[in-house]
Amino acid sequence: MAQNTTVPTAGHDEHHHENTVVFGFWVYLMTDCIIFGSLFATFAVLRNQFNGGPTPHELFEFGGLGLETALLLLSSITYGFGMIAAHKTQISKVIMWLGVTFLLGLGFVGLEVREFAHMIADGAGPDRSAFLSAFFTLVSTHGLHVTCGLIWIVTLMVQLMGTTEIPERMMNKLTCLSLFWHFLDIVWICVFTYVYLASMI
Amino acid sequence: MSNPNTSSSGESHGSVSSYLIGFVLAVILTVLSFGVVMSHSLAPTGTLAVLSVLALVQVLVHLHYFLHMGSGSEARWNNIAFVFTVAFVSILIVGTVFIMANTSMNMMSR
Repeated sequence: MAQNTTVPTAGHDEHHHENTVVFGFWVYLMTDCIIFGSLFATFAVLRNQFNGGPTPHELFEFGGLGLETALLLLSSITYGFGMIAAHKTQISKVIMWLGVTFLLGLGFVGLEVREFAHMIADGAGPDRSAFLSAFFTLVSTHGLHVTCGLIWIVTLMVQLMGTTEIPERMMNKLTCLSLFWHFLDIVWICVFTYVYLASMI
Repeated sequence: MSNPNTSSSGESHGSVSSYLIGFVLAVILTVLSFGVVMSHSLAPTGTLAVLSVLALVQVLVHLHYFLHMGSGSEARWNNIAFVFTVAFVSILIVGTVFIMANTSMNMMSR
């Protein structure tokens, strides 16, 4: 009988209200989706317009692409571990996982910038052909998003330092960044599939 | 009594094991994508079809295991916004490719 009093509340979440902050951010991500959708459509139209310039077979290589993909995928799961720590209010662990995620993301951006620099130095910049214009616009838009995510990660790490608990406001920030970061990984799936791999068939 | 994975906020946020499952699935799908292209074992259209299927499955894996999209009542408006966006972007991309392919056919620029 004594146990019965605790059972009804266990699986019940009526106290939980709709989180408008996170939903608002979700709607922003959906509009971001439309931006990327239009850039993908542009790339799909211009992908064969080389104007006598270099083709994807001469420009892209599997090694760098694989490494970039691995870094971003790893950073997704390390951020996930950070969120798990945040839900348990283990702040030092959260900061540690955010730091790991930051380094992985930084590695990704570094590789991408290096790839772009090599291409531009080889005369395959965005002004060379319609294909390259579309390529640079799409991939660098994704890269810019990742860079913004990196700044956001550092900001939250600084805000978390020295605190002992995670108020709801902070939790919302972490959740929004989580959505943002995982969303960028999904966009990257489409980038490495349709921009890189599909051009290297 | 309380389940550590669904405590406090009541939102679904995965456990270590669910993140690991998602990660392993994502790695397998990514390696398959690279493998299909690098091995040249299929015809170009076949390779593209396989790539598309693998990408779609991987996007679903990410949505489920990393973004925790679900069918709970709380997630209803998130899902509605998502379905609208998928429809919108599909029309945008398919429509653009269709119209531009048609144009270049009629202009004989290809």
